[in-house]
Amino acid sequence: MADIAARGPAAVTGDSRSGLHKLMQRKSTIAFLMALPLIVLILSLVAYPAGYAIYLAMLNKGMTRFVGLGNFDFLFGRETFWMVVYQSCLFAITAVIFKAIIGFVVAHFVHNIPSKGQRKWRGMLLVPWVIPPAMSTLAWLWLFDPSYSAFNWILANFGIDRVPWLGETGWARFSVILVNVWIGAPFFMIMYLAALKSVPEQLYEAASIDGATWWQRIWYVTLPMMRNIIAITALFSLIVTFANFDIVRVLTKGDPLNTTHVFATWAFRVGIESGDIPLGSAVSLFMVPILAVAATFILRDISKRGSEV
Amino acid sequence: MAQVTLRKVVKKYDEVLAVRGIDLDIVDKEFIVLVGPSGCGKSTTLRMIAGLEEISDGDIAIGGDIVNDVPPKDRDIAMVFQNYALYPHMNVYENMSFGLKLKRTPKDEIERRVKQAAQILDITELLDRKPKQLSGGQRQRVAMGRAIVRDPKVFLFDEPLSNLDAKLRVQMRTEIKKVHQKVRTTTVYVTHDQVEAMTLADRVVVMNAGLIEQVGAPNDLYHSPATKFVAGFIGSPAMNFLPCQLEQAAGALRVRLSDKLSFPVPSDRTARYTSHAGKSGLVLGLRPEHIAETRPHVEPNQHDFDMAIDVVEPMGMETLVYFTINGTEVCGRVNPNAGAADGKPMKLRADLSNMHLIDDASGKVL
Repeated sequence: MADIAARGPAAVTGDSRSGLHKLMQRKSTIAFLMALPLIVLILSLVAYPAGYAIYLAMLNKGMTRFVGLGNFDFLFGRETFWMVVYQSCLFAITAVIFKAIIGFVVAHFVHNIPSKGQRKWRGMLLVPWVIPPAMSTLAWLWLFDPSYSAFNWILANFGIDRVPWLGETGWARFSVILVNVWIGAPFFMIMYLAALKSVPEQLYEAASIDGATWWQRIWYVTLPMMRNIIAITALFSLIVTFANFDIVRVLTKGDPLNTTHVFATWAFRVGIESGDIPLGSAVSLFMVPILAVAATFILRDISKRGSEV
Repeated sequence: MAQVTLRKVVKKYDEVLAVRGIDLDIVDKEFIVLVGPSGCGKSTTLRMIAGLEEISDGDIAIGGDIVNDVPPKDRDIAMVFQNYALYPHMNVYENMSFGLKLKRTPKDEIERRVKQAAQILDITELLDRKPKQLSGGQRQRVAMGRAIVRDPKVFLFDEPLSNLDAKLRVQMRTEIKKVHQKVRTTTVYVTHDQVEAMTLADRVVVMNAGLIEQVGAPNDLYHSPATKFVAGFIGSPAMNFLPCQLEQAAGALRVRLSDKLSFPVPSDRTARYTSHAGKSGLVLGLRPEHIAETRPHVEPNQHDFDMAIDVVEPMGMETLVYFTINGTEVCGRVNPNAGAADGKPMKLRADLSNMHLIDDASGKVL
């Protein structure tokens, strides 16, 4: 198609500027021109901000002087920074594991619902994922309220003491992870459901004739057949969860005592609220190497196996 | 090693009856083929034996034990699927050993059995490959290998050759027969192809609309079908069915096909057919090979007649001729050198000693 499109104008105009026309006729030139809008978009929206963030991270607080790696040096010496690293990893990894497990189990339930009722259930189960997180988190904030909320009211009815959902480090960390799992699990569910539907029914029949129990069918047939989807979904979710901002911001703002801060919220606190933009961008840059390592591992595994199956 | 028994087995999907109460006794080491048109319930029957479908009513016994509520994994059966159903993420060795691994068979025992099965099927050099790297015929062998290593009570085959091309199908057909001769295990084989059924089976079960039409050895079905359905289903080209009348004249019976054409009934059949003389709704069944060109030497019960040929189909070793009697198209098989030509008249000979008289209303062969 590119060939035909290219030949048109070249045939009409004379051969005085044939050199340029020849260049325009080449497939690689056309391909480049067609990709150009995307390249411009990536350069302006990804490469430039990334480069600018790196540049900013090397300035002093007043953005008047170049300090090299001084900001990073300063961060390494601060206890809060290491706590943020710890909490970010804890938050992202725990949340992704639970999202994956819950998504997997629920996907199996939905898969086994007769197709008539399945749409309804699928739709309902997607609701947490579809509501804007800032809004649904506000509802959770109300549920977590120590004095007037539903959770503590229910617990009180059973004679259990009030739980300081957001006021104590352990509970606060639990709460932000819980809300993240609630919002993110439907995405896993829908991805796993699609993967489950693509596993041929006859493989399960063959396995059950081979003597496999339901658990062995999942272990030896379902999981290996879904490995790529599981890996990709986990990676994407890991990246998004790692960079999460809204849930922590709305629920705890990083409190108590900065213990629930993740990279994005702490970068916001340091950079915007405390007015040290270079230090804030230094914080946010720390996500890059951690995520890059995870992405490399998972994607390498996928391309290795993609050629087999 | 086991016999399989079906007693009044019924399968109901909502309100649709897929299998309408069948009885079948399969003896130990027998090769049984279920054959019939699509939707006749043959695959459903096989899947009920496998335990992949629940039975709605009746009993199924394997090796004398009723297995109605036994899950597939505990029935000690092996099945070969139409699309092979090999595990794509396992190599051939893992595919074949999977069932044994689940049974916690010792490793060296697994290896011994897989090697042995691979040898029988000639796939030893494929053991490291993934199913994706195999051709259709090789996948078929692996699927059979997976069944053989298990050394089950019963082999079940669900249309295993229909995904192969015609040439390979004939080749694999022979392979399956050879394997059964080496590994003598009770086998139930489902196909819609009557040639496969005839060539493989010890006994063929012809099914139609959820019921068994007839059970018998391939040649018995061919030469003495019980119903019009079996007569028409077994054999290719199919048996000719000609509406006819049975006339009684001077103690002898004649089948009348048209105003001009009638043949005397062989004398050994006269007693059997006399009571049907003059009845309406009778059909004469005559296989194409029993309508041939005329020859000088006349055998008993063979009768010559003249016909204008409509179409000639040369097949090489024989030529099929098509003509019309009273609006019904009839097929005959003649010698390629008999001079049959499109639109030309020809002298043909019908061999009435192999005729079948059918009551069209009940579908029974009389």
